Amino acid sequence: MKILINVTVNQKKYELAVEPNMTLADMIREELKLTGTKKGCGLGECGACTVLLDGKPVSSCLVLAIEADNRDVVTIEGVETEKGLHPIQQAFVEKGAIQCGFCTPGMVLSAKALLDENPHPDEQDIRKAISGNLCRCTGYQKIVEAVQSVSARK
Amino acid sequence: MTEYSTINSRAPRIDAPDKSTGRAKFIDDLNMQDQLYGAILQSPLAHARIKKIDTSGAKALPGVKAVVTAADAGKIKYGVSPARYDETLFCIDKVRYVGDEIAAVAAVDLETAMKAVSLIDVEYEELPILLSIEDATREGAPLIHDEYPGNICADVHQHFGDAEAALGNCDIIRTDTFTSKMQNCAFIEPQGCIGDYDQRGYLTLYSSTQVPHYTQRTVAMVLNMPVGKVRVVKPYVGGGFGAKASANAMEMIACLLSRKTGKPVKMNFTREQVFLHGRSRHKFIHTMTTGAMKDGTIVALKHNCTLEGGAYSSFGIATIYYAGSLLGGPYKLQHMKYDAQRIYTNKPACGAQRGHGGVIARAAWEQHLDIIAEEIGMNPVELRLKNMMNNGDTSCNDLYMSSFGMRECLDAVTEKSGWEKKRGILPRGKGIGMACGFFVSGAGYPIYRSETWHCTASVKLSDDGGCAHLYTASAEIGQGSDTIFAMITAEALGIPLHAVKVSSGDTDFGVDLGAYSSRQTLMTGFAVKHAAEDAKRQVIEIIADELRISEKDIDVKDGKMVFKSPGINFHGMREKYRKEHRGWHSLPKGDQMSFIEAARIAYLARGSIIGQGEYKPRTLGGTYKGAAVGTSVAYGPSAQVVELSVDMETGQITIDKMTDAHDCGFAINKTSVEGQMQGSLLMGVGEALFEEVKFDSKGRIMNPNLGEYKVPTALDMPNVNAVIVESNEPYGPYGAKEVGEGAIMPTIPAILNALYDATGIRFNELPLTPERVYRAIKEKRQLMEQQKSK
Repeated sequence: MKILINVTVNQKKYELAVEPNMTLADMIREELKLTGTKKGCGLGECGACTVLLDGKPVSSCLVLAIEADNRDVVTIEGVETEKGLHPIQQAFVEKGAIQCGFCTPGMVLSAKALLDENPHPDEQDIRKAISGNLCRCTGYQKIVEAVQSVSARK
Repeated sequence: MTEYSTINSRAPRIDAPDKSTGRAKFIDDLNMQDQLYGAILQSPLAHARIKKIDTSGAKALPGVKAVVTAADAGKIKYGVSPARYDETLFCIDKVRYVGDEIAAVAAVDLETAMKAVSLIDVEYEELPILLSIEDATREGAPLIHDEYPGNICADVHQHFGDAEAALGNCDIIRTDTFTSKMQNCAFIEPQGCIGDYDQRGYLTLYSSTQVPHYTQRTVAMVLNMPVGKVRVVKPYVGGGFGAKASANAMEMIACLLSRKTGKPVKMNFTREQVFLHGRSRHKFIHTMTTGAMKDGTIVALKHNCTLEGGAYSSFGIATIYYAGSLLGGPYKLQHMKYDAQRIYTNKPACGAQRGHGGVIARAAWEQHLDIIAEEIGMNPVELRLKNMMNNGDTSCNDLYMSSFGMRECLDAVTEKSGWEKKRGILPRGKGIGMACGFFVSGAGYPIYRSETWHCTASVKLSDDGGCAHLYTASAEIGQGSDTIFAMITAEALGIPLHAVKVSSGDTDFGVDLGAYSSRQTLMTGFAVKHAAEDAKRQVIEIIADELRISEKDIDVKDGKMVFKSPGINFHGMREKYRKEHRGWHSLPKGDQMSFIEAARIAYLARGSIIGQGEYKPRTLGGTYKGAAVGTSVAYGPSAQVVELSVDMETGQITIDKMTDAHDCGFAINKTSVEGQMQGSLLMGVGEALFEEVKFDSKGRIMNPNLGEYKVPTALDMPNVNAVIVESNEPYGPYGAKEVGEGAIMPTIPAILNALYDATGIRFNELPLTPERVYRAIKEKRQLMEQQKSK
């Protein structure tokens, strides 16, 4: 039996009827058609499905949609500003922090959660903050440099 | 500053904005109207005869649209190398590993499809399971494939010079054995696809693939369709590294189910299925006997290798040759004997992974060379420099180094890392090590024997003259090829990068053998350059005609027409352009004619301007058996210095610093070159320290997930000092060659050599887990205590 939930995603309010076993990742991708959230493992190990739940980064494949009831979700589609790319996204583009791009949405959200809480992280803070987001392409260095450059700008 | 306007820069990737915002579409982000979902029944047993398959329960389930088995798929054999086609779309009489495909279902949703799969009843007769090289080669062992006696998939013998005789004259002869474990490419995006067979009998396969062209051919062959009726489209791909470099069963199953149901069929691998599909790095056992002279001259190598291949050949025939041929350099070696066997076992098939075939051989050899250097009493860098190949050298197995900045790479890393100041004086538990390596810049020959072009490309100018649209079937899988080709198009045409649009990864756009063997920058790069130059030539021809001047007096630079003689009056043409664009803003002005105006005039004169380009390598390499593998147009050498710490109480290794230099010929995009180097090193670090696919006694994978199959996180990787060495490759477009795989070559041996410096212990088995390292430290300690007490 489906359960009715109220959830805010990227500042838009939704009333959704979801199966009790539906994950937040599937709700975002399949119900809301926001495919920027990626699924790499379904086990909470790769971090590609990272979204912000009340400002905290979570693996959305490990959260049930019903757990998001009356809560606030930010996906990669909600990061861009009206003026264009968010400074973190801009830095990822400029610094070469993106290769295949599959980990990028989750990586950007983990970086955002970090910078929202700590605008001047050191390198180790950044590495820790993104350590739940696996990247097989970049070796992480340019991602770390991108996040550092945003914190320097602030 | 270079003479170039676009290339040799740090231009941001053209796909990065879309990837940063989630707009970029990967395979699982695509959905078709009315699509069905497919699921596969995979064998739970590693080796068994199939007695009976009963699909009636699955067929009766509401929502199921089709159930298929070998009876529907036919018996056409496929694989990677035509010489070893040993797979059928579904198992016919037996299963050969846990994960072998038996049947598949298409249903209205994934849940129904999976339920239906669980309702298929298979009766098995279990067979003895062969889970190791020893098991599979034991006398009287059952055969995994009836056609391959002794479970020998491939048997390779190569001999250059006379290694046996040469060894007899050497001052020092040293033998070492080195073993690795099965790896997984572990890209973050699992494979997925949609098969869409339309009402006219044309098939489109959307797939997360590195090789649209080979996949098109394999699908056509297995489904018995004309190649022209099969189109393969690659959306953005979330990494490949080798395991996506051949057609997989799921792709063909989705197509078969779509043909059967008349509906698009969507399928995805779970992470576990990514591991079951495998097709990543083999387990290798290398035994190397090297002969050297007291002065450090390396004379001869006798090399024996056994590869554990898993249940099918996949890329294995290429792998076994690469594992031998890539030791032909970067050192001058006159005598090399190589004997190898690839053995079938009841495990997922192994295939290609970044640095195909050469990575473990390189690890073994570079550690082996350090041991020899120590025996001679020579600095390992000196030993390498003494034997180093240079520009223009040819190896004993006919690899011709048309450009070879190996020495420059080695100089760069020793200087930047402070090698000489640190070597041999670091405290216990700290170590520094170095190694060299190189890789091909594109396979010299296609996987199937053919005179095919390796790539074709076309550049179409928009009718308004404002844009150039590059069409290529090459595969952007994250390495940045779309950006490289946009940059080459811009440079070759003489227009700004923003005026170039790229459409790629679609077999309708031409032929391109795809993203494997580090081939695209060099090979596709040439085709793209030629296509852009052809388009430019056509425009210049028309403008020359209109102005009645020589074509030689016209060029294009930075979006402007450059007339070499003064006083050229192009105002008639400008007037013509302006009249066509009454009311438009930003019309061309100034005293230079724009390329936009010129391209428009060209269109008006001749219709669409389409430049064509194509490329295939010149005839390469030797004539001996297996010469086609390892032979390349060019080679990219690398050197690395690694500094690490070992916790002597736990065996835990921390990589502190890496200094890496790679000769990429000429860097089209410097940021991308560094990115490839840093990414290669990550894969090497993971393989060296902890990656291993583990099996239980029934042949089931114990760690088919990214929690237990550990890949490096941001906390495991140090910053890398990546030094780009440019050697100007004569056979590369603008002098460019590979970087995607060469950079991984020295990583594992540099770690091994640093670990020796830190602990005084040589490790001959990977991965270097804390347990393995700790045990070795403890054993050494005990041995020393025993010696003391004596």
